[in-house]
Amino acid sequence: MNQAAGTRLAAWLNRLVDFAPVLIALLLALLVSSVLLVALNVDPLSAFGFMLEGAVGTENATAETLVKATPILFVAIGITIAFRGGMINIGGEGQMIAGALAGATIALVLGDVRVPADMAKTPGAFDLLIVTCSLVGGFLAGALYGGLAGFLKAYFGVNEILSTIMLNQIAVQMMNFLLNGVLLDPAEAGFNNIPKTARLVTAAQLPRLSLPLGDPWIFDRTRLHWGLVIAIALAVVIYIFLWRTSLGYRIRAVGENERASSYAGIHVKRQMMLSMFLAGGFAGLAGVVQVLGLQYRLQTDGSPAGFTASAGFNGIVAALFGGLNPIGAVPASAFFGGLLVGAQKMQREIGVPASLITAVNGLIVVFVVSSEIFIQQRSKRRVSLQETPPALADEPTTEEAG
Amino acid sequence: MGLDDIFTASVFASAIRLATPYIFAALGETFAQRSGVLNLGVDGIMLMGAFGGFYAVHLAQEAGVLAEPLGLLLGVLVALIVGGLMGLAMAFVSVTLKAKQGISGIGVYLFGLGLSELLFQQLVGTPKSVAGFPRISFPVLTDIPILGEIFFHHNLLVYVAFALVPISAFVLNRTTFGLMIRAVGQNPEAADAMGVSVARVRYATTTIGGMLAGLAGASLSIALINLFQQNLTAGQGFIAVALVYFGGWRPLTVAAGAMLFSFVNALQLQIKVIGADIPSEFAVMAPYVITIIALVFATKRQEQPTALTKPYERGE
Amino acid sequence: MKKALLLTLVLALFVGLVPSLAQDDVFRVAAVAPSATNDLAFSQSMYDALMAVQMHMGEDAFQFDFQDGTFIVDDAAVALREWAASGDYDLVIAHGSQFGSVVEELAGEFPEVSFAWGTDFNTFGMENVSAYTAAADQGGYVNGVMAGLMTESGVIGVVGPIEVGDAKLYVDGFVAGVGASNPEATVNVVYIQSFSDVPLATEAAETHIANDADILTGTAQMVVGPIAIAIENGARWFGTQASQAELAQNAGVGFQIYKWEVVLMDIISNIQAGELGGHSYELTLANGGLVMEFSG
Repeated sequence: MNQAAGTRLAAWLNRLVDFAPVLIALLLALLVSSVLLVALNVDPLSAFGFMLEGAVGTENATAETLVKATPILFVAIGITIAFRGGMINIGGEGQMIAGALAGATIALVLGDVRVPADMAKTPGAFDLLIVTCSLVGGFLAGALYGGLAGFLKAYFGVNEILSTIMLNQIAVQMMNFLLNGVLLDPAEAGFNNIPKTARLVTAAQLPRLSLPLGDPWIFDRTRLHWGLVIAIALAVVIYIFLWRTSLGYRIRAVGENERASSYAGIHVKRQMMLSMFLAGGFAGLAGVVQVLGLQYRLQTDGSPAGFTASAGFNGIVAALFGGLNPIGAVPASAFFGGLLVGAQKMQREIGVPASLITAVNGLIVVFVVSSEIFIQQRSKRRVSLQETPPALADEPTTEEAG
Repeated sequence: MGLDDIFTASVFASAIRLATPYIFAALGETFAQRSGVLNLGVDGIMLMGAFGGFYAVHLAQEAGVLAEPLGLLLGVLVALIVGGLMGLAMAFVSVTLKAKQGISGIGVYLFGLGLSELLFQQLVGTPKSVAGFPRISFPVLTDIPILGEIFFHHNLLVYVAFALVPISAFVLNRTTFGLMIRAVGQNPEAADAMGVSVARVRYATTTIGGMLAGLAGASLSIALINLFQQNLTAGQGFIAVALVYFGGWRPLTVAAGAMLFSFVNALQLQIKVIGADIPSEFAVMAPYVITIIALVFATKRQEQPTALTKPYERGE
Repeated sequence: MKKALLLTLVLALFVGLVPSLAQDDVFRVAAVAPSATNDLAFSQSMYDALMAVQMHMGEDAFQFDFQDGTFIVDDAAVALREWAASGDYDLVIAHGSQFGSVVEELAGEFPEVSFAWGTDFNTFGMENVSAYTAAADQGGYVNGVMAGLMTESGVIGVVGPIEVGDAKLYVDGFVAGVGASNPEATVNVVYIQSFSDVPLATEAAETHIANDADILTGTAQMVVGPIAIAIENGARWFGTQASQAELAQNAGVGFQIYKWEVVLMDIISNIQAGELGGHSYELTLANGGLVMEFSG
């Protein structure tokens, strides 16, 4: 038993050393940022101190980090499926918008419906129904929008990078059109305000989340909502789906080697569409959760980022940071969320321009992704993160062509 | 409102102007991708090139030390150098460090987006205009009705962009360097076996790609718009990447894609100006829709370079 | 001086009017704005106004924190919540109509904190919310009347962002102004569906010029592109939100400038008198909140 514990400890330490390059990369990114900060006459130590404080320094800061991480995690889960299936999905932004439009519409319509008599007896039942319908609707809309790119790739050979970049722009114009038209808040008609829907009724909102630890509860009076729990739960589900089901195996097989999969009798086109469908669905969930859990209405300033906060892009980064593993995407998204929220604090406290933060984020991404080679070299015999995740070793061998 | 109100000479001229930055950036990206490197950071490099070029011209004109054409050439040079350096960095990250290309490209994009804005705010402050590349009036040619307006009344960088299209095609298809690029992108093991340095070729193409992206940015900031503002490119670099796929990694069709996209954009502006009653949202999305539809109906499809996004590992 | 202040303080306490938050005699404001403080447009107009208030009241009586570039609503929400929760600020400003939902939520949660937001009329029926807006159509009308009189080609081009808010007000006012002074003139309006896409705005201006426009106008921060086109083609430029005279050089004619300080001074004196909000304000030419600047 002692020996087993020792081996486990050794393996654990080995793992830790694996992450040293990531830490060194982070330090290097901090170093370069420090040079920029010093050039701007800012004390780097206090700047990074504020960044840390803004990300996790208070209960509210931690909550905001998690709030920021939630849509990123949804998108990252979807991106993981798409990339595993060999589809480079750049369309998270557009798919988020598609999901949000559908989800918000459902929530608004059902929010106006009178509670059916037999449901009124169980408190909360109808609320749950509205929220569930909206989430499912948002998922489906995003999935169809992503699936469209998969369909175009499978049957017309339209490269998905091209179609998803274009579909992002189309989605945002569609949103502008609908929000300024049929979905416009009736109370706003006649005024000339920013295009937005009416506010969701309370029944259609995703409840806020607080943990029953201490008094008052942790995260009470913050914006943390149940979207995070849904996202983490789905990360586990998708992990199981990808590595423990034959459908998941087929998606990954197509991603690893399209031709070989085809010879093995896998319907490659169907898997392409499926992986884009699922990827779009998760981005759609990210969009609808932002509406139901946070903003309680959908509004646009005309740019995609005005609504998505670029989660459609940041999700790509988080997915790759997470080693294209849905479980890995959880800490990766939290890290990225903290980076974004902390950076805002840094800007607020010492007047560092927001643009510096953007540049620093870029550096961190480049440095961390560059450091991976050292991890791979250390574990040459262990399979690399990108190609074959550890779980592949215990691959069920039962699957065959479907 | 007749068709001749919509398809005016000025619309064609407008399409040529709009296509210019896309052509520069997409040609550069074509080189990189043909050798197997996907650079998603084009937009960030464009922004840095746009700022670098603008700032050089701005300084030269403020100080009045350089004659105007020299100041403009300095701007071009700076844009090429800045873009080339960022391309070189991208090459180091993707070739030597073998980083995942999609993610590192997004990092490069964010870095360029942030740094260009930061430098602009610290060094310039508020939007200021410069005297950029003037429109060229050719003797006789410019005065030809219609054709003169469409083809012979643009600034120098517009002509450079279009001249680069056949040049790029020639380099890729007819030179040893081009052969090496294609070999490295298609079958790096074989190229390596034949004594071609995969790394060196990829460094070269990614750097060229960066230089052209820098020039794409400068074509906006010192030739077409003549000023800089944060996020000046408004995502054009991503469209340029998409156009490389549209054109199937061939310079001529890539340029054709850029023209199609820009033409539809010019057309939607003209249709709105002359007062057609269609929702602006649909007009603005038209170029994106039509680019996808055009590709759906295109018959010949080129396979993407086999080694695209795959770092080369010797002896695997 | 100090004695007088103490006296007023005691007096104020006596009648129960002392603002609960003002721990010292400095009035503190915090504001978010979606784009850069030097965008020559919407965000700059608020930054300039806060600077003007500071000039007026003095640095020891008025201080402000400003976070710009928060076009992502959630980023603004984090800042606004932190400021509201800190209790350090006498007034929290959300400068952008996209921030309405956030203000509505926070104002309910922090009823003791004053909020102001715009451009909108809606105070959500809350005692601690002020809303402000600009009658941008008024200056638009003035600009339009002048443009109608000045045009030689009889064609005027407008480059707008999205057809909402003060942008739509300005454009509508401008078109009406041209119609009043020169019914023969044609006004071509293009909304490019973006506040920030400079290349597209630039080409929209080129398209106007190609269709014989000799006068251009527009609103939002992407107008810097159209201004450059006006200069290059010898056309005239009319602007709004902030002064663009320096950038527009000889092309610039008339600019409608937002003077939010007019509204801010009202809100501040109300808060100092113990009234946290509840009113909506409008900048007009009559109340001095809109000022026309002419050049060229």
